[in-house]
Amino acid sequence: MNPLIICEDIWKVYRVGDVEVLALRGLSLTIEQGEFVAIMGSSGSGKSTLMNILGCLDPPTRGQYRLNGVEVGCLRPDQLAEIRNQQIGFVFQSFNLIPRTSALENAQLPLFYRGLSLKEQRALASAALQRVGLRGREHHAPTQLSGGQQQRVAIARALVTSPSLLLADEPTGNLDTQSSREIMGILEGLNRDGITVILVTHEIDIAAYASREIVIKDGQILSDRATKGRPHVVGV
Amino acid sequence: MPAFVWLTVLTALRILGRNRLRAGLTVLGIVIGVGAVIAMVSIGEGAKQAVQKQIATMGTNVIFIWPGSTTAGGVRGAQGGAVTLTVADALDLKKKIPLLSDTGWYNKSSTQIVNGNRNWNSYTYGASPSVLTIRDWAFSSGGPFTQAELDNAARVALLGQTVVENLFDPGEEPVGSLIRIKNVPFRVIGVLSPKGQSASGSDQDDIVFIPFNTAERKVFGTLFLGSVVAVVASTDRVEDLADAVEQIRQVMRSRHHLQGEQPDDFVIRTQVDIGKVQEGTSETLTVMLMVIASVSLLVGGIGIMNILLVSVTERTREIGVRMAVGAKRLHILTQFLIEAMTLSVIGGCVGILFGVFAARLTTVIAGWPTVIATQTVAIAFVFSVGVGLVFGLYPANKAARLNPIEALRYE
Repeated sequence: MNPLIICEDIWKVYRVGDVEVLALRGLSLTIEQGEFVAIMGSSGSGKSTLMNILGCLDPPTRGQYRLNGVEVGCLRPDQLAEIRNQQIGFVFQSFNLIPRTSALENAQLPLFYRGLSLKEQRALASAALQRVGLRGREHHAPTQLSGGQQQRVAIARALVTSPSLLLADEPTGNLDTQSSREIMGILEGLNRDGITVILVTHEIDIAAYASREIVIKDGQILSDRATKGRPHVVGV
Repeated sequence: MPAFVWLTVLTALRILGRNRLRAGLTVLGIVIGVGAVIAMVSIGEGAKQAVQKQIATMGTNVIFIWPGSTTAGGVRGAQGGAVTLTVADALDLKKKIPLLSDTGWYNKSSTQIVNGNRNWNSYTYGASPSVLTIRDWAFSSGGPFTQAELDNAARVALLGQTVVENLFDPGEEPVGSLIRIKNVPFRVIGVLSPKGQSASGSDQDDIVFIPFNTAERKVFGTLFLGSVVAVVASTDRVEDLADAVEQIRQVMRSRHHLQGEQPDDFVIRTQVDIGKVQEGTSETLTVMLMVIASVSLLVGGIGIMNILLVSVTERTREIGVRMAVGAKRLHILTQFLIEAMTLSVIGGCVGILFGVFAARLTTVIAGWPTVIATQTVAIAFVFSVGVGLVFGLYPANKAARLNPIEALRYE
């Protein structure tokens, strides 16, 4: 089976005023399907930039990024949107739920842009909410839910499209220990079901849930190793 | 896509519902604009129809021929000053122009009319019987005088409603009674149905008709036998009016021996010409209304644009999330356009209700006739949708062009 992600010599250059910032400097990376990868690094290391590129939110300045065999670098914004909709689920540190909108409708959102009928949207979204343990909370607005519950809604939204890749950017950054543990448990479960999970974090105990740990520094990979004690899953 | 559009409308309604006061203030401009236009157009339309009714009281396809002005030593007199029209003109026109269904002629004079111990001053028309048919006079009792009564100069009279009211008791039947016009006794043989005000505002029912010959010989007296103050004619079809006017001009010029450069010594007007003057007035009104409408819709549109720009800024993060989960530019653009149009359509609908209410209120309070045309309402609606579309485009485009990463990071 082909690797899910192949990055070859990825460069990302930002221009801040007159200064060019080299966020990524010739980074190469391969991630197989079904892996659980933690990307670590201090702030400014380029890990968020890598995350944006892997999530097809931002094309690389130079280099190749193939997702599921498709070269992403040369796609137009609308084509990228379609890839995000079909293949990628996002979980953010600040949940990013749409305010004053029920859990169910938040989870429906990606399906809404797929043009599914309302009935199909609802069925899939409530199944996803059930999977993250939010049965019975479908009609709660984000403000009526705890942080951990909000993040679960976000995870439901990410997995409602059955993506091949789930990108979690500091998913536990705003949560207490107990909720963090629950969220990581859910991500672990999803990974066990075959979804590739890429986790960006700077907390070592959170990164420990992953089976592979990549440390980034100054836009390059500093270290890339399989985590001890947990099997490095290759393939499904 | 239909599911998408429908759900977007629902979402837009919910978002607007959260900020009712803000939405209400935003659409106020459109409400006032559309409302004012609907109300004013309804009043204008009511006035127009009232005028059209008045013009219709002149008769059907009527052509009026009046004497021109006199010119004496280069000094031009008033129109009608010349005594150039004659009964012979009227008869000859009918004979020579087959397009004309009929011609009539009359003189008129201000006369004192007496019934018993009451008297009244009114214009008495000495007319041919054809004048009554050409001008569509109907009778509420009795009937017209005949050709024989014209030829015999019979002393018979037809009274307008106003004259009847001033000379007879309510409920008293005027037909058959004897009155005196300029001290000449006449028998009333008919009462005319009321026509109301003329297009120029005079009371058309303050009138008495007597046969032309009777007037000429027994009442008015005349300087030139057979001279008349006006000739009227009519055609069967309204399309023939222009041709008929031209033919009348030719016949009249040849009868009056006018050559080459000499100006006409008569004036020809058709009912259509008189109607056009009124139409011109209402066109001016329409243009003014359109200006008012454009200004108020412009102001309303700017309000919508402003609030949408605020909304785009407030919801930058939401837009980022939507983009992250797969919204294309068109999706975002459509969402904000639909929000703008929802606002403007709500404004338009409220405005229409408001305008209709204001028009009805005008009718009730001021007694002005108002006509609410479906067309006006439809145009107002289409315009309010258009305003949403046009003024929503800039904010919607701004939203659609956001960079998803920057939008997600926006605080």
